Amino acid sequence: MTNIRPQDAVIEVRDARVSFGAVKALDGVTLAIQPGECVGLVGHNGAGKSTIVNVINGGLTPHEGRVALGGKLIEKYNVKVARDHGVRCVFQELSLCPNLTVTENTRIMHRSLAGWGWRKKASAVVRAKLDEIFPGHRIPVGALVGDLTIAERQMVEIATAFSEVIQKVRLIILDEPTSSLDAGLAAQLLAFVRAFVKTGGSVIFISHILGEILSTCDRIVVMKDGKVVAARPSEGCTEHSLVESMGSVVKGPSARSIREINTGEPVLSAARHAGKGLPLKAHRGEIIGLAGLGGHGQTETLIDIYLKESGNWVRERAPKVAFIAGDRRLNGVFPLWSIIKNMSIGHLSDLSTKGFIRRQDEAKLVENWKSKIEIRTKDVENGILSLSGGNQQKVLFARALATRADAVLMDDPTRGVDIGTKQEVYSILRSEADKGRTFIWYSTEMDEICLCDRVYVFNSGVIVAELTGDQVTEKNILAASFRSAAA
Amino acid sequence: MTNWFTRDAIRLLIPALSLTLLLLVIFYLQPRAMSYNGLNLLFNLAVPIALATIAQMLIMTVNDLDLSMGAFVSFVACVVATFLNTNPFLGIAILAAAILAYAALGVLIHVRNLPSIVVTLGMSFVWGGLAVLILPAPGGQSPVWLRALMVSKPPLVPLAIIASILVAVCAHFLIMRSSLGVVLRGVGGNFRSVERAGWSIVRARAIIYALAAFFAILAGSALVGLTTSADANIALRYTLLSIAGVILGGGEFVGGRVSPIGAVIGALTLTLAGSFLSFLRISPDWQIGAQGMILIIVLALRLLFNRLERRGKSA
Repeated sequence: MTNIRPQDAVIEVRDARVSFGAVKALDGVTLAIQPGECVGLVGHNGAGKSTIVNVINGGLTPHEGRVALGGKLIEKYNVKVARDHGVRCVFQELSLCPNLTVTENTRIMHRSLAGWGWRKKASAVVRAKLDEIFPGHRIPVGALVGDLTIAERQMVEIATAFSEVIQKVRLIILDEPTSSLDAGLAAQLLAFVRAFVKTGGSVIFISHILGEILSTCDRIVVMKDGKVVAARPSEGCTEHSLVESMGSVVKGPSARSIREINTGEPVLSAARHAGKGLPLKAHRGEIIGLAGLGGHGQTETLIDIYLKESGNWVRERAPKVAFIAGDRRLNGVFPLWSIIKNMSIGHLSDLSTKGFIRRQDEAKLVENWKSKIEIRTKDVENGILSLSGGNQQKVLFARALATRADAVLMDDPTRGVDIGTKQEVYSILRSEADKGRTFIWYSTEMDEICLCDRVYVFNSGVIVAELTGDQVTEKNILAASFRSAAA
Repeated sequence: MTNWFTRDAIRLLIPALSLTLLLLVIFYLQPRAMSYNGLNLLFNLAVPIALATIAQMLIMTVNDLDLSMGAFVSFVACVVATFLNTNPFLGIAILAAAILAYAALGVLIHVRNLPSIVVTLGMSFVWGGLAVLILPAPGGQSPVWLRALMVSKPPLVPLAIIASILVAVCAHFLIMRSSLGVVLRGVGGNFRSVERAGWSIVRARAIIYALAAFFAILAGSALVGLTTSADANIALRYTLLSIAGVILGGGEFVGGRVSPIGAVIGALTLTLAGSFLSFLRISPDWQIGAQGMILIIVLALRLLFNRLERRGKSA
C-alpha cells in the first residue's frame, strides 16, 4: 500500500498506546483509513477493537501516540473535534435516548438542527436517510424510540449517523451493526455501505460474522492483544485464514490433565436456549468452561442456573450453588467491611447459633482460608479495600469455596487480576475439583478456557459447540465462536 | 402521519380525567363553585404550586430530585416581601444570585457525582436559615404591582386558570418543543449518548438547575402576591407537593420522562383535593392523607394501563 500517501488519510492513528492498570488495551497500534475505503476490523475478545474505536471517535485519549485528521496532527482530539470532522460512530450497545422520538434523537446527534422549524428539518433528514438505507422500513419518525423494536432502534441509529445536515460525513464506524438486524435488513445495510464507500466515504466495519466482513470490506485489519497482527486486502482472505490469524502462535500442549468422561447424573444442567443449540450439563468434579465472544449469553446462563438452584425468597441453609461475580466493585465486595466480614458473609448460617455469630469459629474459618489461598494481609480485620484487586478477588473465591455448595459458578472472576494470582487461583480450582466440586467458569481469556475439562462455546445466546478434552484448543474455540447455531 | 394516541397522550389522559372527575364531584357538592369567583377561589393557590411543580419537573428531567424546593420558595417569598418591595434593585440582585447558586449546585452535583437528594436536603437548611434571617417573624409586604397582578380579574376566565394554562404552555414549549429542551430531556434518557454526540452534560445540568430556580422564584412571587405577606415557613409543603404533582402528571423519577402539561394538571388536582375535603366537612388535618390516596389511585391506574398496553403489544 505504498502508493497511497499518508496525508490522504481521513484519519490516522499513530503508535497509540492505552493501558488500563496492568492491562495493555492498545500496544502501539498504527491505523490509517483512506477515503473511499471500507476497513474490516476483527479480533477476539479483548483484542483492543473497542479501544481503538474509542480512540478514533475521540472518546478516549491515547496515553501515547497521535491522531491526525486529513494529514494534520491534532493536539487536543476529542468527541467534538471528531464530529466536526465528520467522524461518526454507531455503537454496539444501542445508544439512543429511549424517552425521545426518532426526530428528537436526530437533533441530539446533530448540533446544527436548531432554531425555528428544526423539528421539520430533522424529520425530513432522518426520514430521507431511513428511506435511502432501508427502503420500506415503516418507522414513523414521530415515534418514541423506547416503543421501537431493537432492530428498528438499530436502523434509526444507523440512519442518524449517516444523516448529513451541514457537516459532510467522512468516516463512519459501525460496531457490530448487523447483530440485531435480520438477514434482509443486514443486506440492505451492506449494500448501502458499498454505495457510500463508492462516493468517497470511509467505513470501519466491525462484525463477528466473518462472511459479512469478507464480502463488504476492501481491507481487513486483524487485532490481537492490543496489536494489529495482520492488515491485508480482503481478496485472498478466507474465513479460515482470518480465524487463524486471530489466534496465537501454536503453543505446546497445556498441562491440563485429561479426565475420564463422566456420564452419570449431572449436578447442574441448563436446557437449550429457546429450543436452539445444545443443552448444558455439568458433572461432579468437572470444570466446565463457557467460551465465545463476550456478551453472547454466558452470564445470563450462569444467572439462570443460579436462580434455578437457589431458593427464591429464603436462603437455604446449605445452598447448592455459590456464585463468584466478575465485576468486583459492582456486585462482589462490601467496600466498607473488613476482610473477615467479606469472607464469612456467605457462610454465616453455619457460623452462628440462635442468630448470633460465633466469633471464634468465624476467625478460625477465615484464618484457615487466608493461609490456604494466601491472602496477603497482616490483619484480616483491615478493610477489604486495603487489599490489591487480585487479593480482593481471592477473598471472593474464599467466600464461595467456604460454603458447602457443591457447585460454584464463576462469571469471569479473574478480570483485571495479575498473572501470579491467576496461577494460584487455577491450582485452588483444580484441587477443589478433585475433591468433587463442580465449577462452571465463564472466562474471556483463552488460556483459562483451555484449562477446563469441557467447554461450551456460545454465540448469540445459544451453545453452538461442546468441546471435550483434547478438542479444547484455541483454534477450535475461535472457529466455533464465529459459527452460528444450527436450529 | 400524526398519531394522537401516543404513549405520552395516554399518560396525560389519566391525570386529566382524575382532575375532571374531582371537579365534577365538587360542583355536585357545592354548585356555587361553578362560577367565575368560585373557580378563582378554588384554583387561586394552585398557581404557585403549579410553578413549583414545573421547577421540580425540570430537576427531575435530568434524573435528580430537589428536596429544598419548599425551603427555596419560602426564601424567595421572604425576599420578595422585603427587599423586592423596598429596594427592587437589591431584590432582583438577590434573586439573580439565587439562580446562579442553583446553577452552581447543578455543576457541583455533576462534577463531584453527588446524589442530588443529599445536596438539596442540605441546601434546604441553608435556604431556610436565610429565610429566617430575612424575616424572623411573619411579615413583610407584597410589592403593589405583584398584588395587583395576582388579584386582577380578566374578563370571562379567572386569572388562576389563565395563569395555569400559560405556565403549562410556556413550560411545554421550553422543554418539549424547543431544540434545547430535547437535549435536556436526552440527558435524562441516556446521558452517554448525549455526551457522545459532543454535548456538555455539565452545561445541561447547570441550565436545567438555573431554569428550575427561575420557575421557583416565580412560584414564590405568586405566593406573596396572593397572601400579601411572607413567612420563613410559608411554603415548606411545596417540596412534597411538587414531587407528587410531577408523578401525578405522568412524570417518572428516572429516564427523562416528564410532561409539563401533566405536571400542572397534577398540581391543580392536589390543590382541589384540599377543597374537596372541606366541602365534605372533613378536617383539613386529613388533607395530606387524601392527597396520598389520590396519588396511590392514579399510580395504580397508570400501572394497570401500562400492563394492558404491554399485553396488547405482546399479543
